[in-house]
Amino acid sequence: MRYLPLNDADRAAMLAKIGAAGVDDLFCDVPEAARLDTRLDLPPPAGEIAVEREIAAMAAKNLGTGRAPSFLGAGAYRHHIPAAVDHLIQRSEFLTSYTPYQPEISQGTLQALFEFQTQVALLTGMEVANASLYDGATAAAEAVLMAMRLTRRRRTVLSGALHPHYRDVVRTMAALADAALVSGGARPAGDEDLAPLIDGDTAAVVVQTPDLFGHLHDLRALAAACHENGALLIAVVTEVVSLGAVMSPGAMGADIVVAEGQSLGVPLSFGGPYVGLMATREKFLRQMPGRLCGETIDKDGRRGFVLTLSAREQHIRREKATSNICTNSGLCALAFCIHLTLLGEAGFTKLARLNHRKAVRAADELAALPGVRLLNRSFFNEFTLELPVPAAPVVERLAGEGILAGVPVSRLEPKAPELASLLLVAVTELTTDEEVAALAAGLRRACSEKV
Amino acid sequence: MMNHEGRPTAVTPSGDAAGAAPPTFTGNRGLDIEEPLSFEQGRDGVSGVDLEDLPAVEDRLGGLARRAPIGLPGLSEPEVVRHFVRIGRRNYAIDLGPYPLGSCTMKHNPRLNEKLARLPGIADLHPLQPVSTAQGALELMAELGRWLVTLTNMSAVALSPAAGAHGELCGLMCIRAALIARGDARRRVLVPESAHGTNPATAALCGYVVDPVPADATGRIDLAALKAKLGPDVAALMLTNPNTCGLFERDIIAAAEAVHAAGAFFYCDGANFNALVGRVRPGDLGIDAMHINLHKTFSTPHGGGGPGSGPVVLSAALAPFAPVPYVVQDAAGFRLVEEAAATAGEPVGRLKAFHGQMGMFVRALAYMRSHGAEGLRQVAEDAVLAANYLLASVADVMPPAFPGPCMHEALFDDRFLKDTGVTTLDFAKAMIDEGYHPMTMYFPLVVHGALLIEPTESESKDALDRFAATLRFLAERAKAGEAERFLEAPRLTPRRRLDETRAARKPVLRYRPPERPEAAD
Repeated sequence: MRYLPLNDADRAAMLAKIGAAGVDDLFCDVPEAARLDTRLDLPPPAGEIAVEREIAAMAAKNLGTGRAPSFLGAGAYRHHIPAAVDHLIQRSEFLTSYTPYQPEISQGTLQALFEFQTQVALLTGMEVANASLYDGATAAAEAVLMAMRLTRRRRTVLSGALHPHYRDVVRTMAALADAALVSGGARPAGDEDLAPLIDGDTAAVVVQTPDLFGHLHDLRALAAACHENGALLIAVVTEVVSLGAVMSPGAMGADIVVAEGQSLGVPLSFGGPYVGLMATREKFLRQMPGRLCGETIDKDGRRGFVLTLSAREQHIRREKATSNICTNSGLCALAFCIHLTLLGEAGFTKLARLNHRKAVRAADELAALPGVRLLNRSFFNEFTLELPVPAAPVVERLAGEGILAGVPVSRLEPKAPELASLLLVAVTELTTDEEVAALAAGLRRACSEKV
Repeated sequence: MMNHEGRPTAVTPSGDAAGAAPPTFTGNRGLDIEEPLSFEQGRDGVSGVDLEDLPAVEDRLGGLARRAPIGLPGLSEPEVVRHFVRIGRRNYAIDLGPYPLGSCTMKHNPRLNEKLARLPGIADLHPLQPVSTAQGALELMAELGRWLVTLTNMSAVALSPAAGAHGELCGLMCIRAALIARGDARRRVLVPESAHGTNPATAALCGYVVDPVPADATGRIDLAALKAKLGPDVAALMLTNPNTCGLFERDIIAAAEAVHAAGAFFYCDGANFNALVGRVRPGDLGIDAMHINLHKTFSTPHGGGGPGSGPVVLSAALAPFAPVPYVVQDAAGFRLVEEAAATAGEPVGRLKAFHGQMGMFVRALAYMRSHGAEGLRQVAEDAVLAANYLLASVADVMPPAFPGPCMHEALFDDRFLKDTGVTTLDFAKAMIDEGYHPMTMYFPLVVHGALLIEPTESESKDALDRFAATLRFLAERAKAGEAERFLEAPRLTPRRRLDETRAARKPVLRYRPPERPEAAD
């Protein structure tokens, strides 16, 4: 077996040194009844050639977004990843190291995390950010728990235009903490007003911008309404590239910002692994979950970095920790950091504007189709089309023609028939004019034949 | 010692090679190059990415266009590549040498697995594309699930948890849901004192009161104490097996029976499943739920702290409460169940967006397929053999914390450092100067000054011999009164011991540009 260095002579010599007659002696504590001696119904070992062939065969059954016009978004976006990003994250020193608990020999990971935290704080317009969480949805749930700890209140208001997966993860986690969740219904028109739902018992309001349907929201009035009632505003961003073109949630008064960072440096990979971002105000730091990297000096007075404030964390505080999180999303955070460093201020803001302008052009072209209506007055790189027919069958049919037409809202809200005709369409820097034209032609065919 | 060309074959053991060199002008030391933060570099208008010109259309940002600059530095591609290569060189890595962190399982990460996770049709697959266009992905998830269920002899698997602690949460939530479904709200979860910190943290997150169970004199759960604590208020026992002392829980079947007799569930922390895979199936031990860290047992890379993946195998009693989504197969092919059907009470719901850590599933399946069932059994045997060999090689100078064979990791306490003036931490830091990543220190908490060593199956006998010889050398130096060697360590690293108190007292968690002096214009 190519991954195992020991040969039988080694094994025999090692057993002799131990004083064991055989390897079974080392498993003597296993109760007899639990010693497995039957062959399992699993395949035999395989060399690289066979393994590659098998898994490549499974991959070949999928229609990847790389070989089809794709307008899929709804929380996961196909962006170009510069070649240098994937090369750098595969360097052994990043790929095959552990959490940087030994700072003297982990300054590479630590410095990258310090830069990552700085980038996330700058993008979100907040004072501090952590070193990542699993994904945007779990970050949103952690933010709700954090707000409950900070306010010592249980009631949380969820926007009806929050990504349904985020809403469901918040629900799952909040149920454990005995939270009281209040949610408006789905508001595809982008005219939701959450302020009347806030009262003196409210811990937090969770609102997404751009929201599920693509609408951008000015959070300033909502932030003021929260703060008048002693509640916290949690802003959710599922498309982090938007922050290059749109005013940051921090600048609009958010208290905690959580985001999905996949759009920078992380491939779609059928939904994971991704990287959750969380940023907040300095005064809330000690209730923030997750790892934090901080600056300090070494014994010789030179600048260096360490994981810090671990008194919040499970390995120190055990049942009193702010969260149970241990492993986070380190390598995805590194990919994010490298991609954003490559882009820089000029590249990132241009990337964001390019996404937006291409989306504007595509939206107008698609909205001109007979029977198709654009629901958005404002959006970033994703918008909602109302079709004259249910969207899911249209998407299924176009997939058969090799076009990934977008996400039907019914995929995320199967119990809301009133949303069945809505289609979420995302456009990025990778989308070409020809692909938009192909989608337009496909939608024209699919919609007209059904009407 | 000189070789036949007259060059020294090793530095003098007590020598300090770096200390001999005068300070350099740059602060660099040969290949060890100082690198400022990216934020301290760069120029306006420079970017490492070229993009096409913007289409000439009006923005539609609803008056919310960003006006303030973000504050990101502008660097070209060569500068960015050099930046990350330079800082990366300041990391230790499995690819550089043994990484014997007990309980963390730092084994070799095959590069085939990286290649396969990046295949078109996997890396570029969107989670919400029609499942008719992602049949291969669902097949892969189903196949991974089949391996996990077969290796553990359990009924079902929930693939979506993102890491071990997330898996613990999933398992405990399934238990909670099952108890609620039978109208039996219970308040306490029993957790041995030797458990990972995530266990009590997870139980608390689920709203349970954590009740510690003591260890007996052999480092295992005290069965009598466990039985005394069981009662109608206990929801579950969370037990790690092999436990964090590196020992198989001999009484585990009796413990499971007692737990079940009390109407509670048995959660097993599967962080150490790498010691058992192919030889022991947790389902045969009476376990109701167990998470499997794909980044430990099945070798997906740790990546400097994730991403991980923590699928949870479930017993028949808990399977109906599994979170969404999950894959099912029928005549038409594979389907993804994304909405919970309320059958037996309220299932767990959703734990994360989308379907799980697909990139990790691919890597783990490639690892399993490469080994096959027999190979995985060999993995467990070699890992256990390596730990016992290491233990036998140093036991006369570093007595183990508990007698008897260990499983995949060897636990030592700090008795061998008594009266030397050297602590466990100092000892570990001296290992860094010898070119090794230290072992896990001060964990588990049940042993004083714990040193927990997990060599894994990836080390050759020669590598184990060198490592053991290094441990012996250091233990002997400590006993010989050379405390200075340890207290000053590490000396040969890019940074020496860092001031953690200072970092925590006044946290600096991000770069801020230096205050500009009052403008003279």
